[in-house]
This record gives sequence, C-alpha cells and structure tokens, in this order.
Amino acid sequence: MTAAAAQLIAATKKYGSVEALKGITIDIQLGQVVAMLGPNGAGKTTSISLLLGLRKPTSGKALLFGLDPTHLAARSRVGVMLQESGVPSMLKVREIVDLFRSYYPKPMTGERAIAMAGLEEKASALVKELSGGQRQRLYFALAVCGDPEVLFLDEPTVGMDVEGRRSFIERIAEFANLGRTVVLTTHYLEEADQLAERVIVIDRGLVIADASPREIKSKVAGKRVRFTATLTDQDLAGLPVTTFTITDHTVQLFTNQPEAVLRELFKQGVEISELEVTGADLEDAFIALTSHQGTA
Amino acid sequence: MAAVTAVGRAPIGPMLARQTWTEFLKLWRVPAFSATSIALPVMFYAFIGIGQSSQEISAHVTFGTYFLASMAVYSVANVMIFSFGISVATERGMKMDLLMRATPLPPLVYLLSRCITAIAFAALTLAVLFPFAYFAGGVRLDPSVWATLASRVLLGSIPFIALGFAIGYLSGPNSAVAVINLIYLPTAFASGLFFPRQMLPDFIQRISPYLPLHFFGQLGWDAIGAPTSESVTTDWLYLAGYGVLFFAIALWAYRREESRKFS
Repeated sequence: MTAAAAQLIAATKKYGSVEALKGITIDIQLGQVVAMLGPNGAGKTTSISLLLGLRKPTSGKALLFGLDPTHLAARSRVGVMLQESGVPSMLKVREIVDLFRSYYPKPMTGERAIAMAGLEEKASALVKELSGGQRQRLYFALAVCGDPEVLFLDEPTVGMDVEGRRSFIERIAEFANLGRTVVLTTHYLEEADQLAERVIVIDRGLVIADASPREIKSKVAGKRVRFTATLTDQDLAGLPVTTFTITDHTVQLFTNQPEAVLRELFKQGVEISELEVTGADLEDAFIALTSHQGTA
Repeated sequence: MAAVTAVGRAPIGPMLARQTWTEFLKLWRVPAFSATSIALPVMFYAFIGIGQSSQEISAHVTFGTYFLASMAVYSVANVMIFSFGISVATERGMKMDLLMRATPLPPLVYLLSRCITAIAFAALTLAVLFPFAYFAGGVRLDPSVWATLASRVLLGSIPFIALGFAIGYLSGPNSAVAVINLIYLPTAFASGLFFPRQMLPDFIQRISPYLPLHFFGQLGWDAIGAPTSESVTTDWLYLAGYGVLFFAIALWAYRREESRKFS
C-alpha cells in the first residue's frame, strides 16, 4: 500500500455560520495528478487550505503524508502556489528563489527552477518590474524550487490570457511528468481535462464526483442535442432526457437516445430548426453535475 | 510512516543566514526606510548638536556628547519600531504571510532573522552617527564609554521590537507609517530626546518620566556620564516592564490575527 500524499477525512469547515465544506473525504496518492474542479465558492480553496494547514477543519481531519499539515517535515515535501499571494517587490527573482530554496532539504538549482517557470530573462529583475503573468510564473518557480513531491496549485492560471494559460499548463505538465504529485484547483474545465488523470468535482462543500476525466464525461448522457423551437418543460416530460435547459427558444438537452427524443418531438409536431447533435464534453458533464435542478 | 522520517528538513543555519540577508536587502532597498533611518539622526545632530557642541551642560559633559546619546537612543528605537511595524503591516497587506505559512520555514527562524536584521540596521545607524559626532561634533570619549553607549542602546531597544510588532499587527499597510510617526515622534520629544524636558510644557513634563523612551534615554545619558533622575537599575527594570507589556500586546494582536486568518 502506498502512503497517501494528502488526505481529507470527513472534513467540514465553517466560517461563522457559512458551511464551506460539508464533510469531504479525499485521498490523494503519490504520483497522481488531480484537478479539483468546481464553481466559485464551491470549497476548492478551503480544501487546499486545510490540506496545507493554513486553516483547521471544524471537524474531521486533514493529513499530509499522514502527518498534521502544519508539521514542518510534511511541509518540507510540498510546494505551494496560492491565489493572490504577494512577494516583496524590492527583491530580485533570483534572490527570492534562492530564499525559498533554503527552506527545503533537497532543492533543485535556482537556474532550473527559474527555467521551469520560463523566467530566465528576468532572473535579475526586481519583482516590481514583472508583469502579472511573469509574477504568476515566479510563484510557480517558488512552488517548484524545493523539488517537492507534491505540488499544490490554487487557481494557477487565473487572470491569464489564453496563450499564457496554455504555456503555463505545459509547465505544470512538465513537472508532473517527473512523476510528481500535482493537486490543482481550477474552474477551467479544459485544464482539468488536459492535465489531470483524476478529477474531483466539488460543489457547495461536497464532493459530487471523483473519477477520471473520461468517466466524468461518461456520467452525463452521451449526446448533447441543441435546437431552436417553441417548447415548454411539459413537452419534454416523459422523454429519455437526462437534463435540459430552455432559454428563450434555444433548447439544450442531454440524452443517450437522441434519435428517440427527436422522433417523439417530430411526432408532436414541434417545429425544430438549427438542430445540432454532438458528443458531450467535460464542460457539459460539469454543467450537468453541478446544475441543481430537481435536487431539492 | 518510515518514509516521513527518512526525508529530512532543511538545515536551520543556512536558512537563517539566507532569510536574514534577504530581510536586510528588503529594508535596504526601501530608501524611505534605509536613508531616513540612517540620515535623519545625523541631520538632527548636525542641526541641533554641533552648534553648541562644546558647551558643558554638567560637570565634564558637553552638549555634543549629551545629544549624541540622545540621538543614539532615538535612531536605534526608530529602526526597531519602523522596520518591524512597516514590514509586518506590508506583508499582511499583500498576503505574503499566507504564502510564508505554507512553506517549511519555522516561524521562529523568521522572527529571529528579522530581529537580527533590525539590530544590524541599528548598529549601522550607530556606525554612521558615532564617527559623525566624533569628527563634526568633536565628541571625545573613552573607548569603553563608546562601547557602553552602543551596547546599552542596542540591548535597550528590544522592547521597541515588540512595540513595532504590535503596531504592525494592529494597523493596516497604509496606516502603519502614520501610526508610528504619531506615536514615536511625540514621545521622543516628550522624553527629552530633542530638547531638555525643562523646556517642554508643564503637563508633558508630568507624563514624561513614565514614558518608555524616557527610561531608554536615561540609559544613554548615564552611559556618557550625564546625571539622570533614576538609577540605571531602575531604568532597566522599567524598560523590561515595558518590554513585557509590548510583547503581551504584540502576542495578543498576533493571536487575534491567527484566529481570524488561520483557524
């Protein structure tokens, strides 16, 4: 049995009267690349904070390598990139990377950390001279410079443009390919799809799915059907439809039997235009999983 | 669990050295702090001390020497309060503290590195002020007296580290400087660091003997042989008492922050 790198065991977290986590159990094994996916406010950052010992669970447990996450021996094996954390603006990139390297027992060289973040040309620049994207890459360099076994990334690409995100994802993948564990939170589905072998979907403080991207996709009906028509909810009642939304005259539904659904609608004499039938992607799965209709 | 114990932690020595050096660079590269904390005491000395430097204010004590002790106390306490107050408030403001908490840096190493940095900076201000007083103010003292003055002001500044911490945790990143100036400058005046207390308004003269900077000042003045109103032991005791008080406030403020941010 391999030791779990990070665990939440029936963890709950309350901020005042707000229940951010309602009992989450997650078990992340060494070598896994895990994406925690969910809408804003779902509890992703809180989960990471518990795993890093930045916050204490109200009940339940958080463990890093089987230890309390505040334990320095556990933290010595972990690299972290948090949302919107600052670094001193009057230090040079190289200086702050060297500072963070000194915290870890077996750091990689400063050059390597800076290269992994793609900041070679900015190594002697002051932090205050960096652009937003470069700053984000500096945080990545600080997270990997200790050569950690587990890398935690909380919304690493937030605020980046498409190109910046793409190259950043490649850097994360490069690190993951060293056989390391990566835990990232994101609300970008394609990031989870590209990087992770395991997706944990968190919504309103609960884990609502925990599987490979492919399995998550298969959880929703295989086909997405989209068309324009004048329909009410009643018209779709009794049809083999998993979920559906009707916005003005645009109808979107998920089903395993698109032919049967359409046949029935035609039989009812519904005028259908702009018909589109496609395979559901992860985004569809996500919407289907987190849409709250009928969950009362 | 064997794997856990097999993986070590980074050695403390190099970590402390690197952290201290970085803290020093951080302060050094902020001219608003480094230039003012080094240049201001010298400027004050030039404006106030030099003109009447050779005038004797008591037996064998010239004003130049007396004011050197005043400025040594002023500059060292200034470094302690400002370096801690501003850096703590700033890092809280930009959430640097959050990232640091997630690293394996032991909090004590962090704290110690800052104390060493502040003391080094304070020593640096003395290293500029003392030669200036010697050459420009004509201050001549026994080597042992220079050493006593320097060691007393460095040791006596420790309570002000705690005060700086408390202010850093209690004020915001933008208000810290204002708060410190509002507290520090008036009490420095009221404690007689710039003008003899006899020249201050009556009600301030009555508060003045209880101010922490008053006791700190007395340690400096006593070191160069000027008469003081209490014994050195009394000064140390009061200063230690203030140190405990400031430390308690700092600890309370720190815990308050902990329970808000990290519980």
